[in-house]
Amino acid sequence: MSVVIETAGLDLTFQTNDGPVHALKDINLQIERGEFVSFIGPSGCGKTTLLRVIADLEQPTGGTISVNGVSPSQARLARAYGYVFQAAALYPWRTIGGNISLPLEVMGISKEERTERIAKNLDLVNLTGFDKKFPWQLSGGMQQRASIARALCFDPDMLLMDEPFGALDEIVRDHLNEQLLKLWAKTKKTVVFVTHSIPEAVFLSTRIVVMSPRPGRIHEIIDCDLGDDRPLDIRETPKFLEIAHQVREGLRLGHSYED
Amino acid sequence: MQEREGLSAFIFDRLLPVGIVVIVILVLWYGFAVLMNAQFEQDQAARANVEISTSQLVANTMSQERPVLPAPHQVASEIWKTTALKKITSKRSLVYHAGITLSSTFLGFVMGTALGIGLAVLIVHSNVLDRSLMPWIITSQTVPILAVAPMIIVVLNAIGISGLLPKALISAYLSFFPVAVGMVKGLRSPDVMHLDLMRTYNSSKAQVFWKLRWPSAVPFLFTSMKVAVAISLVGAIVGELPTGAVAGLGARLLTGSYYGQTIQIWSALISAAVLAAVLVMLVDLASRIVMRRMGMAR
Repeated sequence: MSVVIETAGLDLTFQTNDGPVHALKDINLQIERGEFVSFIGPSGCGKTTLLRVIADLEQPTGGTISVNGVSPSQARLARAYGYVFQAAALYPWRTIGGNISLPLEVMGISKEERTERIAKNLDLVNLTGFDKKFPWQLSGGMQQRASIARALCFDPDMLLMDEPFGALDEIVRDHLNEQLLKLWAKTKKTVVFVTHSIPEAVFLSTRIVVMSPRPGRIHEIIDCDLGDDRPLDIRETPKFLEIAHQVREGLRLGHSYED
Repeated sequence: MQEREGLSAFIFDRLLPVGIVVIVILVLWYGFAVLMNAQFEQDQAARANVEISTSQLVANTMSQERPVLPAPHQVASEIWKTTALKKITSKRSLVYHAGITLSSTFLGFVMGTALGIGLAVLIVHSNVLDRSLMPWIITSQTVPILAVAPMIIVVLNAIGISGLLPKALISAYLSFFPVAVGMVKGLRSPDVMHLDLMRTYNSSKAQVFWKLRWPSAVPFLFTSMKVAVAISLVGAIVGELPTGAVAGLGARLLTGSYYGQTIQIWSALISAAVLAAVLVMLVDLASRIVMRRMGMAR
């Protein structure tokens, strides 16, 4: 296994009108190829900021970070990752196929190959036949699946997901969690996943990074060795509940439940 | 309330509300015509030393040659006489004058829209231009166009440019403003998530513009163009006033006021209003077609 994301003493301080805000403080983290790592914590703990630093959407103010052995900016230029946002963020004037085609067009990929990849990735997220539909004709869950297909279509090494299912209802979320696991098993991508749901983190991850707020820092990293085969029912097993309890304890000790 | 369908829906939901407003306007218009023209009829009667009955008075107020306020049917018959019954090439044909006004409206609208879009693109891509251009753009519209129009016409005439272009320039001067303001807003309308998404693809500024900013701005463009086309017509009419009233709806207004031809003034006014409404409707139609093709109309 090789390390794909490595940070040492990473700091990020935002200068705001109310003075400096320590969004991230002394983050030391290693993520290896093929892992599924979740960042969990209350809002304000810096989990999304950390993901954005990895994606080169925010610049750290101290410490070092490497992605695929190079800086985040070089990794972004090399199109090392696909990013999935909190909302599907599909362009309303493009069909589902057109939306998936967007990154491919930006990257100058030929029309034939685009068509082929759109079909392949729609199939991967179980949306075959929806390429001619416009986003508003799809449900929220389907839209988010289309946005995952868009993030995967240029075959990046990594998938960075920022609370992708946060806006969906629990039933749809369960379904998509199951599909995401299958997708991960199929594609062997490294996934970094931000969430504020304990069951979601435990169900999906190989490792869970528990973060705590003010300043945003890593409180604890918990191994989540539930194995590769994870049906939804696994969430009622003692092992699952034990890890969930561990995460909740971590959050409590990290002052996440205080005002 | 139960849903209506087909013809009855059209009659009750569309025709009836519009129809009622039209009837109210016509009733008020007739009322004011009688009130405002009555004085003249009474003076006439007094001068001729005859008694005039109320019904005769009312009838007379609606058939004066130069009424203070012409009655709707007088305006309607004047419009009919000067459109349907005159050859289009005739100097007395309202269609001829409307055509003159329309051509400079159209040219000015196209120039103004292009200028507005161009300025918006510059402003969105440069903070310096945003700070330096925007105050001038706003100031330009605080200058009364009636004061500027003669100067533009005279100055351009002095350097040998006359006819369509000076009038179109006045239309452009008015119409670029809503387009520039609307497009600045439109080109800045993509949300942070969409912009971040383009950044993760490492896309160039040109790609961000063509694939994100421009399509996001299209609804704003059409809204601005609806305002722009209407004030282009106003600009064209204003531009026709200082040219010595040669041709165009503006010229009809001016000659009408020279000779006290109120009926002619009102028929030119009504034609201009109808023309503006038709232009706005055309832009709206284009907007619907484009939005449907872009998949944004539901």
